[in-house]
Amino acid sequence: MAEQHNKLVEVENLVTYFPIYSGLLQQKTGDVKAVDDISFFVRRGETLGLVGESGCGKTTTGRSILKLEEPTSGNVIFEGKNLIEMEGEPLRKMRAHMQPIFQDPFASLNPRMNVGNIIGEPLFVHNLAKGKELRERVEDLLNMVGLAPQMAERYPHEFSGGQRQRIGIARALSASPSFIVCDEAVSALDVSIQGQIIKLLIKLREKLGLTYLFISHDLSVVRHISDRVAVMYLGKIVEITTSDQLYKNPQHPYTISLLSAVPIPDPKVDRTRKRIVLKGDIPSPINPPSGCPFHTRCQMAVEECKTTKQELRGVDAEHWVACHRV
Amino acid sequence: MEKILDVKELRTNFYTDEGVVKAVDGLSYHINKGECVGLVGESGCGKSVSAMSILRLIPYPLGVIEGGEILFKGEDLLEVSEERIREVRGDRISMIFQEPSTSLNPVLSIQRQLTETLELHRGMKSKEAKAESVRLLDVVGIPDAERRVKDYPHQFSGGMQQRIMIAIALSCNPDVIIADEPTTALDVTVQAQILELIAEMRERLGTAVLIITHNLGVVARYVERLNVMYAGSLVETGPTDEIYANPKHPYTIGLLRSVPRLDQPRTEVTEVIEGMPPNLAHLPAGCRFAERCSFVMDQCREEKPVLAEVSEGHFRACFYDADKLI
Repeated sequence: MAEQHNKLVEVENLVTYFPIYSGLLQQKTGDVKAVDDISFFVRRGETLGLVGESGCGKTTTGRSILKLEEPTSGNVIFEGKNLIEMEGEPLRKMRAHMQPIFQDPFASLNPRMNVGNIIGEPLFVHNLAKGKELRERVEDLLNMVGLAPQMAERYPHEFSGGQRQRIGIARALSASPSFIVCDEAVSALDVSIQGQIIKLLIKLREKLGLTYLFISHDLSVVRHISDRVAVMYLGKIVEITTSDQLYKNPQHPYTISLLSAVPIPDPKVDRTRKRIVLKGDIPSPINPPSGCPFHTRCQMAVEECKTTKQELRGVDAEHWVACHRV
Repeated sequence: MEKILDVKELRTNFYTDEGVVKAVDGLSYHINKGECVGLVGESGCGKSVSAMSILRLIPYPLGVIEGGEILFKGEDLLEVSEERIREVRGDRISMIFQEPSTSLNPVLSIQRQLTETLELHRGMKSKEAKAESVRLLDVVGIPDAERRVKDYPHQFSGGMQQRIMIAIALSCNPDVIIADEPTTALDVTVQAQILELIAEMRERLGTAVLIITHNLGVVARYVERLNVMYAGSLVETGPTDEIYANPKHPYTIGLLRSVPRLDQPRTEVTEVIEGMPPNLAHLPAGCRFAERCSFVMDQCREEKPVLAEVSEGHFRACFYDADKLI
């Protein structure tokens, strides 16, 4: 049962569809199948990376876990409780334990609130601190993310992108959560600032014993920060394994081509790598291909792939792949 | 080697409420005929402004090109008449921008946007231009070009839109293409497609290409020479392989170390450049990188270093002993 206890978050058969209404009577004509039956878990203290191209459903997955989107079906078990069945006050209380960090530090901070209020709001909402205690906690948080305590009086527009992302992190940490969903938390930042924020996230994880779901399109960053990585394509997880295995021994053709497309900042190394250039674009999630969703672009596709859905199968205990070749 | 474009001591200022922002401050670089050159730097370092200055696209009176020379085949583009610069723009020197969705006109069909340049610069008649527009779309790899040419920008994906931008840029067989962050808005697999396309076109047509980017990984494989820019001017320039193997400016070294690499063990903690780039309206007296540099000396704060040769064709602007930089 040790393993069972180890899992902080368990996602079971999660499905999130967005209905499409059209025509004069606004009747439902279809669904955007953003997340289409995925299952995985995140261990306590672990960072799970979720990687994929735009439109693959990685953000919707993160939002569905936090119940910022209402999943169509499936279960999300957090600390042994099923969030999907929760609503109202119990759900609101649960939210203190799971917090998001968003991509765009310009859009995710209220421009009319000063930094102290932005960071202190979760404490206030969850009734965790007030008055002097709240102010002290905000100062602690600012210190923790590498900002000066005096900055509490200032407004978001006075800060650079990197500093704003630090404010976003402080806000996520303020209610002392155990689980944080980082949705493209460093993607909008410059290279040198990105490095600083990654370093900060790693430091905080170690210091506070946090568990991250780290969502990004950038494979190098995801691999660097995560213990395990799940690769998503068109609403499905196609491969999930440890970060080391992902690069050394990728199994799914999509993972292989994705890895080959990531440039390496060293011309000598990069020129010798074989780049598998995928043909065409990602199919529409409104009408995904039958069978394996990747078969339309896969170089190794066989007849079977067009008709048979592929489930995740274990290569070993930590490595799961959804492909007929495994 | 024949220099096709030679930028000398370019200075572009913006007059804002905050003061004079020296976006480009004494920038010099050149591109040889048929060569592929990279200009790398973080946001706000002036790399895009320098490209806009080449075609005199700086919004006057907010921004003013204060000085320098931009020699295109020996002709100073800063001195020529408005008519002449219009002839050069899009015909001899063309640009590909970062956001294809905002640089294409949403209310004109793709065909109209392609024929516009063809009729204007190449004096083609409507029928001829239409045929040529189909051919161009075909060249950049848009399937079913004959039919798709009548479509509007929103009917194409981001990658396809960028292909259209490349088709427009190529339509007059320019001598130079300036690609300003051509792949930043695209997914990695699409990014690989677009870069391969640019490389292929360059090979086939012998066009010189300037790729402007913040991502050191993207350009590694494609550019022959690299220019690294920081706060308005170059800090290092030289042959690509040499700079990646032996970077000699602390900023370049920091940039290369702060990106996690797929081909290296994950455990290595990336070193980061602390601090932020200087405010371009209040530049420090000496070296602009001094505040963030771990090798800073007294001299750096008083005097601004100029580019000096460290090995053949490899220049850097730094006072610190080149052999002792690790």
